Amino acid sequence: MADAIMKFGVEPWNFAELVEAFKQAPLYHLAFEVILVVFIIRLIFSKSYSIESTVKLTEAEREQLVQEWEPEPLVPPVDPNHPALHYKVITKQGNNKLVVDGKEGINVGTFNFLGMLGRKETEDAAIQTMRKYGVGTCGPRGFFGTMDVHLNFEEKMAKHMGVEEAILYSYGFSTIASAIPAYAKKGDLVFCDEGVSFAIQMGLLASRSKLKFFKHNNMADLERLLQEQAVEDKKNPKKAKVMRKFIVVEGLYVNHGTIVDVEKLIELKYKYKVRVFMDESMSFFVLGKTGRGVTEHAGVDITDIDLISVSMEAALGTMGGFCLGTRYVVDHQRLSGLGYCFSASLPPMLASAASMAVDITQKETDIFQKLRSNNEFIHVQLSGLPGYRLDGDPISPIKHLRLEETSGDWQKDQAFLEKIVVRALDEGVVLTVARYLEEEEAFLPPPSIRIAVNVTLTEDQLTKITSVIRILAAAVLREKSEGE
Amino acid sequence: MALHRRNGTPFGKGNHDLRQNGSVAYTNGHHKSNGTVLTDETAHPKASKVGKKDFSESFEEVELLTALVTYMSYIILALVGYCRDILMRLGIDKDKAAQESPKLKAFTPLYQDFDSFFTRHMYRKVRDNWNVPIAGLPGAESDLLERYSDDNFWSFKLTGTTRKVINIGSYNYLGFAENHGPRSDAVVASTQYYGNGVCSSRQELGTLALTVELEKLVAEFLGQEDAITFGMGFATNSLNIPSIMGRGCLIVSDRLNHASLVLGVRLSGATVKVFEHNNMESLEKLLKMAIAEGQPRTHRPWKKILIIVEGIYSMEGSIVKLPEVIAIKKKYKCYLYLDEAHSIGALGPTGRGVVEYFGLDYRDVDVMMGTFTKSFGGSGGYIAGSKELVDYIRVNSHSATYASSTSAPVVEQVLSTLKTIMGRDGTTVGQDRVEALKRNTQYFRRRLREMGFVVYGNDDSPVVPVLMYLPAKMTCFARECRKRGLAVVIVGFPATPIIEGRARICLSAAHTRQMLDEALKIMDEVGEELGVKYSRHPLPPLTDKSKME
Repeated sequence: MADAIMKFGVEPWNFAELVEAFKQAPLYHLAFEVILVVFIIRLIFSKSYSIESTVKLTEAEREQLVQEWEPEPLVPPVDPNHPALHYKVITKQGNNKLVVDGKEGINVGTFNFLGMLGRKETEDAAIQTMRKYGVGTCGPRGFFGTMDVHLNFEEKMAKHMGVEEAILYSYGFSTIASAIPAYAKKGDLVFCDEGVSFAIQMGLLASRSKLKFFKHNNMADLERLLQEQAVEDKKNPKKAKVMRKFIVVEGLYVNHGTIVDVEKLIELKYKYKVRVFMDESMSFFVLGKTGRGVTEHAGVDITDIDLISVSMEAALGTMGGFCLGTRYVVDHQRLSGLGYCFSASLPPMLASAASMAVDITQKETDIFQKLRSNNEFIHVQLSGLPGYRLDGDPISPIKHLRLEETSGDWQKDQAFLEKIVVRALDEGVVLTVARYLEEEEAFLPPPSIRIAVNVTLTEDQLTKITSVIRILAAAVLREKSEGE
Repeated sequence: MALHRRNGTPFGKGNHDLRQNGSVAYTNGHHKSNGTVLTDETAHPKASKVGKKDFSESFEEVELLTALVTYMSYIILALVGYCRDILMRLGIDKDKAAQESPKLKAFTPLYQDFDSFFTRHMYRKVRDNWNVPIAGLPGAESDLLERYSDDNFWSFKLTGTTRKVINIGSYNYLGFAENHGPRSDAVVASTQYYGNGVCSSRQELGTLALTVELEKLVAEFLGQEDAITFGMGFATNSLNIPSIMGRGCLIVSDRLNHASLVLGVRLSGATVKVFEHNNMESLEKLLKMAIAEGQPRTHRPWKKILIIVEGIYSMEGSIVKLPEVIAIKKKYKCYLYLDEAHSIGALGPTGRGVVEYFGLDYRDVDVMMGTFTKSFGGSGGYIAGSKELVDYIRVNSHSATYASSTSAPVVEQVLSTLKTIMGRDGTTVGQDRVEALKRNTQYFRRRLREMGFVVYGNDDSPVVPVLMYLPAKMTCFARECRKRGLAVVIVGFPATPIIEGRARICLSAAHTRQMLDEALKIMDEVGEELGVKYSRHPLPPLTDKSKME
């Protein structure tokens, strides 16, 4: 057979040979070919089958169905006791104080890590800009919504971070959620940490790429997935050649307080040829000697990370977000980042406030060291509370106080922790439980009180916070066991 | 031969939206269009009662020759691009775009070929018309920062000088892009009191007393029970539609809905069906089929159906035929989501948007969404509706749970602007501006049509698309206008169908008659020079003399 193919392939078509081959073929072979030919002809001329054509309704039947159809209500009823309906109202906010529902307390609930929210310098910078540019920009960047303030800010951040290009968004959430689908498309593959924030999850969903989750902050598990994929790629090299692969992680995980092992990550990146996107919303202006984030902290080259996204709604104390990277990577978002192209640009006054915050850290160089020592103090003080577990890195300003043993009912545990939050407010400490959409999260973290440490906290305040939490945590636990 | 609009491709299938060819005008609900008789009059039982007397929209069809020339010019552009690609490969021409880092050469390329081809050879040549930076207010007049490029628009440098231009590009409908005056003073006070940020989400510690006040006033303004606000208009759509709709639900969406709505629909996981732009027969036919057929494959009945429309379409200047949409919505028991990004403040006798414009009942719209970016000179968005709806969103919204709340200065800008529009500041400034915008709109649109431009959209829409068709004429128009002191936005493929490149004008209450006349003079001159006065339709007589005063 192989010889025949070779022969036909090389020599010109020989009819006599074909007739000869036909004569020599066994009968069952000819019968089989005839059946095949008949089948193909039938297939060509038969009516195509589709689901729609099987349901042919008359006009009257349609009317009937329309009349009979009863929709569900637009939204199902909600629990009238849900905390979101009884939201706490803030009437005053300063660098480390917050007035919540009329009660003042020390703030360890909001992400104002550097106390930039409440500093007069940032407010003055914002007001000065407002007096020239107004508040809103009345248009997206493309249509006269680009102010020199935006351009200067982008240039400043790129220079400050030692990358080629920065791109400014008007909403922190939309920054990473728009950046991911600008690159990752259908048919691509994303390796993602199980602990990533909801904004990243939305970006991944919008990308329609294939997702593979690895265990939270577990580089060995990531490598296992990468190896599996490498084997798969060898089997199907054509597909592998066009499939883009990404790893998406956070620098400092907002839902866990853990820090990514960026050194190992970069090693894996080059070994398996996978691009790395990192959300530094919580680690930017927090980690590293000069606040340049997790790459500075780990002492790796920032340009080894393909894309870094940062929300300005945490340490910078304003609104918006930006992405950092090479010009080749970042500029693509100027035409493909949905939240960039189709949204009004950031009010320039808020960009000025962020810019001023960057300037302040240049002058007060010890600010990051001080934040770090506050973080460590709280970590030591709150570790080892009986019945509780403190999640998060010692140097992270975000810490999650969780129950050591879960009751198995997520909402019940959350309500239990909420009791500590309510009583702490009476004692002058503002806390919050971390809120999630329980049904929507890919991997719902266990309930927690999320503590966000602030650099402006004095020693007295730190002591007060930890002692209030310790006492209340123990008291609430005791009451629970007594109740049972 | 007529080229049909809005079929994805201009020669695409589905010619049932004949009404979009030529002009559409309807008086008291009776439709007239070029030789098209509506087959299903019973579909709009209430339309005749609520139809607006002077609702008039026009979409003049393109001449065959113009269309062919436009296609040709894109083909030539592409051919030149391919030739240059070959030259680049041979090393004769140079690709000055940023290149991938050499360390990543072995990785799968980050972009598909077409993406970079389009950027390299088409967008790059006309880049100077977008992202033009301004150094100050996006008001009636703006200072453009002048740029130059010494490498064929691969990169730009600022010259350091500015040029004062009349701004008909920004969405500053009511002229509240301000930096001085009572509203700006209030913004200063709020910044000093609350600071620039919030650093927390609505559900945690991010609800400022100021935000609560704004939400109550928005609900009152829109005649709804409750309202909730968010920090970004785009995110208001993309992060809230998924919390309302999900699997087993059907979303019926206008073909020209904004990207944020499209993204929200995609994230929701609901089935989506698209009807022809503002075409009520298409909508009704689609709904009837969809309800009768049920869900795909399983044929189970839909859980619920949501119709998503916009008040004013930002690229077409058309106004949604809301009376008919509401009649259809009621007949087919659907829910209605109305995005008023461009219409809130800009339409209606007191600026309450498209519902007021048609004199309808606010409660007939289930989800009223809008943004604060345009008429209010702030940023962010809102959703207003029944208490059940807003409560549900407070509990389930992605945005309220995870995203940061709006900064106090922005909230204050919107709040004080809203108070002004409602007359709560004790002045008639708000009302005067709503009326001024209406006058400006009607004057400007009429004059443009008199000059012979093809102007799309509704006579009352402050969004005014002026058709240029050819990419070269479109870009030249923008450049010449800027040179003469007029900042105008142009939009072409892929944001519009390939042959429908256009200039888009957004009128403002802040424009004086003098500015408008100056702008018209410039457009007239440039239009004459470029030969873009394509209109072949005679102007209908003025229905209302007072409009032109």
